Amino acid sequence: MDNKDFIPITQLCDHYTIEMSFFKRLHNEGLIELTTIEKTTCLHQDKLHAFEKIVRIHNDLHINIEGIDVVFNLLEKVDDLNNELLQTKSRLSLYESK
Amino acid sequence: MAYIDYYKILGLDKKASEADVKKAYRKLARKYHPDLNPNDKEAEKKFKEINEANEVLSHKENRQKYDKYGKDWQHAEAYEKAQSEQNAYRQSASGSSGNQYSEEDFSDFFSSMFGGKSGGFQGRSQNVQFRGQDFNAALQLSLHDVYKTHKRTLTVNGKNIRLTIPAGVQDGQIIKIKGYGGDGVNGGPKGDLNIQFTITNTTKFKRDGDNLHITVAVDVYKAMLGGEVVVDTFDGQVKLKIASETQSGTQVKLKGKGFPKYKKEGQFGDLFLTYEIVLPKQLTEKEKALITELSKLR
Repeated sequence: MDNKDFIPITQLCDHYTIEMSFFKRLHNEGLIELTTIEKTTCLHQDKLHAFEKIVRIHNDLHINIEGIDVVFNLLEKVDDLNNELLQTKSRLSLYESK
Repeated sequence: MAYIDYYKILGLDKKASEADVKKAYRKLARKYHPDLNPNDKEAEKKFKEINEANEVLSHKENRQKYDKYGKDWQHAEAYEKAQSEQNAYRQSASGSSGNQYSEEDFSDFFSSMFGGKSGGFQGRSQNVQFRGQDFNAALQLSLHDVYKTHKRTLTVNGKNIRLTIPAGVQDGQIIKIKGYGGDGVNGGPKGDLNIQFTITNTTKFKRDGDNLHITVAVDVYKAMLGGEVVVDTFDGQVKLKIASETQSGTQVKLKGKGFPKYKKEGQFGDLFLTYEIVLPKQLTEKEKALITELSKLR
């Protein structure tokens, strides 16, 4: 595990103008995974995209953290169904082109 | 440019209160927000429209101006008035640093009326860049296909993507191809393409990570007396010596004769052979007599 892949949450708090407690609540709800490196709580850079999405949904739509969890679960289902549809279409086109 | 009915966009009438505007905007924003509608161009367009409507109607000064001139937009006299108002507004708004909207985020109608940029808008979403949606695709390959690195062309969402599939890809493995997903919104980066591999195995080899396993039949005489057997490996054959008194179930490791290691060129797992002693069938009378004689010696 490379430390440079992790971003201290204090840095993120400054950048996105959010409270530290917001991170803790997200972590407690299982929406983000935080890692402590040398006593500094950090977020892995691969999780930044999901985190930004949470911030946008929270700030733009005034959805609370529990609501975001529900939204994410539903989006995941939509995504799965879309992928399934895509794969089915792809398979179908193989037969149709024969 | 066409007159845009901002009240209609938010589903309101002209008597709507500030609270009604806020409520209608939030309700529609929750429906059409790009994060909740990934890759949906129609929702994105709608979201811009409702943001624009909210920008005007939630701002007292903008709303008054819109109410006064908006309906008569097509008449020249009203146009002139709007233009002068716009110029005055531009001057007052030029010092604002609250938001950084680009002109293209607003309709021509909005730009003409309000000069494109404005302060005081609560939402930031209109100018926020969104990363495109990740696409997921499944690719079924045979064990032989993934024994060697090869190139393959995939069609994902109508686009042909030529990719190199490294030898040693595992069943269920997902390979991420950055930037081959959906388009970003507002100039945001493209999403990724995740390809999940399903590896079908119709060979006599059993794959366990980078190692391969195979059962080799050895006739009873070779097992007892020793000898040579020719064994199939994944890419050919090898001749092996069998020690005398080899027992059924004996395992032999052929180092480096297994499956290629993923992204480790020239490195291979091992091939494990399990000997299975095969007893002769349909014995002749003479054979039976000899074996009987043999058994008496033990």
